[in-house]
Amino acid sequence: MEDRAIIQLDHVSKSFTVRSGIFGGRKHMQVIGDLSLSIGKGEVLCLVGESGCGKTTTGKLIVGLIRPTSGRILFEGKDIWSMHNEEFKNYRKAVQIIHQDPYSSLNPVHRVYNILSAPLFRHGIVKNRSEAEEKVLELLDRVDLTPPRDFIYKYPHQLSGGQRQRVAIARSLTLNPKFIVADEAVSMLDVSIRLSIIELLRRLKEEMNVTFLFITHDLAMAKYFGWEGRIAVMYLGRIVEIGPTPRVIENPLHPYTKALLMAIPEADPQVTRNKKPMQLRSLDIPSLLNLPPGCSFNPRCPFWIEGTCDREVPDMYEPEKNHYVSCFLFKGK
Amino acid sequence: MKTREILRRIFWEPLVIISRDKAGLIGFIFLLFILLLSFIGPYFIKLDTEVKLDRIYQFPSREHILGTDNQGRDIFSQIVNGGRDVIIVAFLAALISTLIAVSLGSLSAYAGGFTDTVIMFITEIILTIPQFPLLAVLAAFVRLTNTTMLAFIIGFLGWPALARAIRSQVLSIKERDYIEAARVLDLGRAHIIFSEILPNMLSYIVISLIMAMTGAVYSQVGLIILGLVPFYGHNWGLMIQLAWTRGAIFYKGSIFYILSPIIAIALFQWSAVTFTRSLEGIFNPRLRAGE
Amino acid sequence: MVKEILNIENLFVEYSNIRGKVKAVRGVNLKLYKGENLALIGESGSGKTTLGTAIIRLLPSSGYIKEGRIVYKGNGNEYDISKFNEKDLRQFRWKEIAMVFQSALNSFNPVLKVWDQIYDTAKAHGINNRSFVRERAISLLRYVQLDPERVINSYPHELSGGMRQRVLIAMSLLLEPKILILDEPTTALDILTQRNIIELLRIIKADMGLSMIFISHDLSLAAELADRVAVMYAGAIVELGSVEDIFYRPKHPYTLGLIKAVPTVTAGFRELYSIPGSPPDLINLSPGCKFSPRCEYKISACEKDEPTLVEVGPDHFVACIRHKEINNGR
Ligand SMILES: Nc1ncnc2c1ncn2[C@@H]1O[C@H](COP(=O)(O)OP(=O)(O)OP(=O)(O)O)[C@@H](O)[C@H]1O
Ligand SMILES: Nc1ncnc2c1ncn2[C@@H]1O[C@H](COP(=O)(O)OP(=O)(O)OP(=O)(O)O)[C@@H](O)[C@H]1O
Ligand code: SF4
Ligand code: SF4
Ligand SMILES: [Mg+2]
Ligand SMILES: [Mg+2]
Repeated sequence: MEDRAIIQLDHVSKSFTVRSGIFGGRKHMQVIGDLSLSIGKGEVLCLVGESGCGKTTTGKLIVGLIRPTSGRILFEGKDIWSMHNEEFKNYRKAVQIIHQDPYSSLNPVHRVYNILSAPLFRHGIVKNRSEAEEKVLELLDRVDLTPPRDFIYKYPHQLSGGQRQRVAIARSLTLNPKFIVADEAVSMLDVSIRLSIIELLRRLKEEMNVTFLFITHDLAMAKYFGWEGRIAVMYLGRIVEIGPTPRVIENPLHPYTKALLMAIPEADPQVTRNKKPMQLRSLDIPSLLNLPPGCSFNPRCPFWIEGTCDREVPDMYEPEKNHYVSCFLFKGK
Repeated sequence: MKTREILRRIFWEPLVIISRDKAGLIGFIFLLFILLLSFIGPYFIKLDTEVKLDRIYQFPSREHILGTDNQGRDIFSQIVNGGRDVIIVAFLAALISTLIAVSLGSLSAYAGGFTDTVIMFITEIILTIPQFPLLAVLAAFVRLTNTTMLAFIIGFLGWPALARAIRSQVLSIKERDYIEAARVLDLGRAHIIFSEILPNMLSYIVISLIMAMTGAVYSQVGLIILGLVPFYGHNWGLMIQLAWTRGAIFYKGSIFYILSPIIAIALFQWSAVTFTRSLEGIFNPRLRAGE
Repeated sequence: MVKEILNIENLFVEYSNIRGKVKAVRGVNLKLYKGENLALIGESGSGKTTLGTAIIRLLPSSGYIKEGRIVYKGNGNEYDISKFNEKDLRQFRWKEIAMVFQSALNSFNPVLKVWDQIYDTAKAHGINNRSFVRERAISLLRYVQLDPERVINSYPHELSGGMRQRVLIAMSLLLEPKILILDEPTTALDILTQRNIIELLRIIKADMGLSMIFISHDLSLAAELADRVAVMYAGAIVELGSVEDIFYRPKHPYTLGLIKAVPTVTAGFRELYSIPGSPPDLINLSPGCKFSPRCEYKISACEKDEPTLVEVGPDHFVACIRHKEINNGR
């Protein structure tokens, strides 16, 4: 698997400098802590976790929008921040991102044509207007904005949320990417539209053999989109569990993953009303500026082992093939 | 795009949008009127320079719509001929300060780090110096031989506040997702600044330009009235200064002499400010598309 | 035994803006029974919030009730809320019906401490007794599982989203309303926090026996808490029924589509399906069934007249001319 990896994170950490209070000094806030991860060619990896746990930051690190504080990010085996110009350019083209909010990811002053043709011209894929137009029509068709002629000269505000998201997806395809980070690509859309966008992503994945990092806080979506892939569960900047999607859903190991699955409200009255949510020790999510020592879930974890969980950070254990968990309950299993 | 389409977008659509907001429309009409009067008017109405002692301080009549001054000269002809220089200086000054403000403000925001710190430090310094006294002192030292010089001085002092505002706008637009997308697509710095960020600020910039113009009118007229700028040519500021120093206010009949340029200036300022209300719409694609 | 407490009759609400009149609520007939949980679901822009704010008469200035009555039946009398003047409304809001607003999480005044906001709310409704308000606020905050002394002296930004939502719920209970309207009470909250708020609402319902209206685009909230569900589309109710009817025996193609569009985590796989197209423009509505451009059951008759709600089972109403042929068969 390692040699087929397209993206690897090698002990990556990311801190931001934040001011605490009005007069308070600057502090380093570690958002991602010692993250190692390998994503294989053609794979779907779903990154799930609650708001603020660092999913978007991970995505931005992978597409090279921000630099890690320490550690390396490898694209096809090469560290992206020590690449030559030419290599970096290739990486840039190959790794794209789809943002969450289709209302802020398209520049309101440009028409669809300009949004999609700018990268085409910039990278010499098209030479003149008629070539560009042809290629843009083709892209619109590819994301099911049909008939494409109805959309090519529209401004973003003339499109619905779902249509905008399709334009954003089309833009991510302009440079024939190998890897796409889809950051909550459907969570801002209406329930009735979400699924069709997911289907579109799935189709693109198959047609163009794109590798996906699918970031979401919605476990059901992760399950639906990434059934054949893997799920990584993130908590406070660390991956606490990672494994094949069916295993993580059906046999969650980490107490946090279990708590999530037991708590998640579902659109089925009988199922959801019979849930027995796990009783956590605390509802408060610790601040990133003041992380608890040891396992960061320990102040809330009902299974915590006093003297261990609040002292040491658990390693990744592999109690089941390819299914890893960072929790002392699985030490030596 | 076909020429007709381009013409339609440049001329017709803005007019339609202007016509939607009543106040903005009135501002636009007055502004147009003052501009025509000041730039085309002089070709038809020559400046009356002939001293006519029998016509001192006449009230408006059919012959002299705004009456006459202390030497019996037609006031209307002076108003018509006195606007051009004021407006040109104001426009030049505003253009200079806006250009500086936009370049420094966006550079500061986009580059960040040390560049940002330095630019903002200079900005703060200029901002803390009281503008008008400085202008006055400068004007006293620098020989203001022509209008361009005056425009430059006003322009060079007028940019800091706008630069700061532009900087914060760029900072906020810089964080939008579409800028991130442009970076990931490797569209280049120039494209990001000129094609993604600035167009979103166009209305703001043009409105600031007009506001800067109105500011420059005041500074300019103020300097002239205080007598800090040597007499040159003929303009509204000079009219007020003359009316004032010739003791016009003591004569009842002089009311039209002193009031006319004041009203002309006020009208220009008011119509410019009111007109900016429509500008918002012209640059907003949401309104442009006719929805 | 089931007594109605609120009866909305043929309600029309519009907003006027530059483009024209937005027909946000069109001919809604809806009853709320004492002690029940009614969920209002539908996609963004379908008029859920508008209906909720119309009930407590807090529509934004561009919105107005065009037609219809909102009859409140409290303490033996009947009042038409839509006819209330400002003074009546002050007597009425928060005492009889309270609402927790959508995105209210951000609507706290950032420079006021929680206590000041609570007291301001009480004052605005004519209750000036400081110590009474304080006592009640403290017991309510404790009731929603917050540390009252700490929370009351905090600024909003010092509280997490879930804590703020709990404060808002506590505030809404301040004057012991009979009806509580909650607009998207769990949207934007974390899963574990959502669960906590859901449990809290269950407890409140059991303890206080009030009637609640939940507004949400999230079906799972309705599945969790509702006794009855009303499905809105383009400003009208297209289906109304018990939670079982709606989730297991939907008779409107839109409801069916919504339910089939949502994946579940623990319930195994079910066949998913997405509704094509997008909702109509509420300014220029075409005649006929408003769902017809997206409906796979559409026949030509659908485009003629807009179907009205008909009873298809006990307390189950559907506005679709082909409802007999819609079978979920789950
Ligand atoms: N540029 C930044 N400066 C300071 N803090 C930041 C910055 N970007 C992110 N953070 C902080 O890092 C943490 C993780 O943020 P991130 O956006 O990665 O979370 P997320 O998992 O994507 O959350 P969400 O589900 O809300 O999108 C948050 O606490 C956030 O406030
Ligand atoms: N203040 C307003 N002025 C004009 N139109 C409005 C206003 N508020 C809402 N609308 C319009 O009324 C319609 C119904 O809006 P409403 O907020 O009730 O929908 P909703 O179902 O609550 O949607 P969401 O799930 O997005 O909250 C929408 O088309 C909306 O654009
Ligand atoms: S390591 Fe300890 S505290 Fe952390 S999840 Fe496992 S049992 Fe709980
Ligand atoms: S009335 Fe016709 S178009 Fe409307 S939902 Fe029923 S079948 Fe579909
Ligand atoms: Mg995020
Ligand atoms: Mg709403």
